[in-house]
Amino acid sequence: MGAISLRKVVKRYGIGPKANQVIHGVDAEIADGEFVVIVGPSGCGKSTLLRMVAGLEEITSGEIAIAGRVVNDKEPSERDIAMVFQNYALYPHMTVFDNMAYGLKIAKVPMAEIRTRVDQAAKILELGPFLARKPRELSGGQRQRVAMGRAIVRKPAVFLFDEPLSNLDAKLRAQTRLEIQKLHGALRTTSLFVTHDQVEAMTLAERMIVMNAGRMEQIGTPDEVYHRPATTFVAGFIGSPPMNLVRGRASASGFAAGEQLLPLETPAPREGELVLGVRPEHVEIETDASPATWPLRVQALEMLGAERLVYGLLGDALFTARLDATLPHPKVGDIVGLRAAPSHLHWFDAATSARVEAAPRAAHAAAS
Amino acid sequence: MIERRPFLNVLSHGVLLIGVLVVAFPVYLTFVASTHTAQEILQAPMPLLPGNQLVHNYVAALTGSEHGPGSAAPVGRMMWVSLVTALVISLGKIAISLLSAFAIVYFRFPFKQLVFWMIFVTLMLPVEVRIFPTYQVVSDLGMLNTWSGLTVPLIASATATFLFRQFFMTVPDELVEAARTDGAGPMRFFKDILVPLSATSIAALFVIQFIYGWNQYLWPLLMATQENMYPVVIGIKRMISGGDQAQQWNLVMATAILAMLPPALVVVLMQRWFVKGLVDTEK
Repeated sequence: MGAISLRKVVKRYGIGPKANQVIHGVDAEIADGEFVVIVGPSGCGKSTLLRMVAGLEEITSGEIAIAGRVVNDKEPSERDIAMVFQNYALYPHMTVFDNMAYGLKIAKVPMAEIRTRVDQAAKILELGPFLARKPRELSGGQRQRVAMGRAIVRKPAVFLFDEPLSNLDAKLRAQTRLEIQKLHGALRTTSLFVTHDQVEAMTLAERMIVMNAGRMEQIGTPDEVYHRPATTFVAGFIGSPPMNLVRGRASASGFAAGEQLLPLETPAPREGELVLGVRPEHVEIETDASPATWPLRVQALEMLGAERLVYGLLGDALFTARLDATLPHPKVGDIVGLRAAPSHLHWFDAATSARVEAAPRAAHAAAS
Repeated sequence: MIERRPFLNVLSHGVLLIGVLVVAFPVYLTFVASTHTAQEILQAPMPLLPGNQLVHNYVAALTGSEHGPGSAAPVGRMMWVSLVTALVISLGKIAISLLSAFAIVYFRFPFKQLVFWMIFVTLMLPVEVRIFPTYQVVSDLGMLNTWSGLTVPLIASATATFLFRQFFMTVPDELVEAARTDGAGPMRFFKDILVPLSATSIAALFVIQFIYGWNQYLWPLLMATQENMYPVVIGIKRMISGGDQAQQWNLVMATAILAMLPPALVVVLMQRWFVKGLVDTEK
């Protein structure tokens, strides 16, 4: 019912040589019932993309199809979508009931039907006692639920969420995240959810689209995106603290990061200029830097409760390691040895920043 | 300001009392004068307490039954003329400026900026500056001594358009977009969302414009030449004849009080909305 196809979607503001292109040809297929999160830093075009699906921004070129129907020239109300806005966009002078019923009233749905649908949505969202109130008499979380209720009652083919949680406090955000998950489990409506928060993206997404500067960097499940980032951007964006990226030159003897030669247990996938990526949680620290390990000069420590972050210099590159807080930890100024399993090393092309598949993985696949 | 000293308290109350006296005493005097006979008022000193002619004077003024040296046109009719003009002008101004502000803020059309600036520039031209060309147009259209002649030229309002434009620009874009996804067309959005949201501004504007319309003097003076189209403000002036005859001051004062009542009523009844409209906006 609610599959979404984006085909070479481009958005350009202005015309002629001064035009400002913000979306550079995005292709994606979103299956019916899927929950897809679009994540990226601010200004990457994720909201613009969502608004193009909603019909609030014109599509410069390319095609957007919802449920198999190209909707480029359709008004938002004709696209069978419902949108939840960042600041909720509730009509301030209408009661909660009227807010939810407004779209249905315009669509000339009979009053009895409106009442049952709104009551149903209010029940799911636990808004029953508030139906007669005005939005200003509600808390942020309740307003958020009304905004979702307004989307639910229309029974659309697609839900569009534009950073709906960013105005909530941390505790409420976690709670609402769970509610959205529950809701999607119950309704199975195709959902497109935009956020800049990677925790939201990782927890909510069945698949996620990572965007940067108007381009789609990667589309995949949270697992794929975390374990096999397609570009250095994705590697640096997903994960907290972000993946360490060390630029250097791979050769038969190891990986030369500046002056520092890092020994490798298994050779890099190819020789030449590469970027080595290692997640802070995937390194172990040995207090005596043996020649087989990478020497890290410790510069700062941060205690976060369950874990401890160790900041230091590897050659001339900044490097972060994450340690279990119960383990003995180095002091500032120490030189410690880092060890990372070959399967936890990520390789990227230094010029294109695209992922270079590690050789052992291929060998392993061939062997099995 | 924050200090609470007895001396400052006394001083500030004293200043306030003097202010109230300066403003209220003439009004009180007008009222007192409207309750005496013409002879009693002319005595020196003039009585400072209300007399017993209240009903008589007001009935006489409203019906125009007592002839003095000045005009004795019935004030009742003038009040009606004033009321209709003030209502048409204020409601007309609100309707037209709401729509033009809606067009300027929410629609894209050629020369939009130019149109806005043209409206804005007329802010700097008060009615008096363009009164002769306006008179020419109204007289050519045969609208002298008509209701439309009294009201239409005063309806267009740059101030109100500007005020609504400023208000509409503070309405969040998401609200427009939410309405669009809900399937509301432009006029539906205007009617269901924009107008209810502007309710307090509309109320404030109504109060201001009602008083503006009620107090019109120069335009009706030029435009209306028949007694049955005079508003009450002109009526007062016409009750006082030149020369040394004994004026019917009691009736003039009764008319003045009558002329003050409707604007005062509008302010008192709409005060809550008026203040709300000026200080906060519900969004």
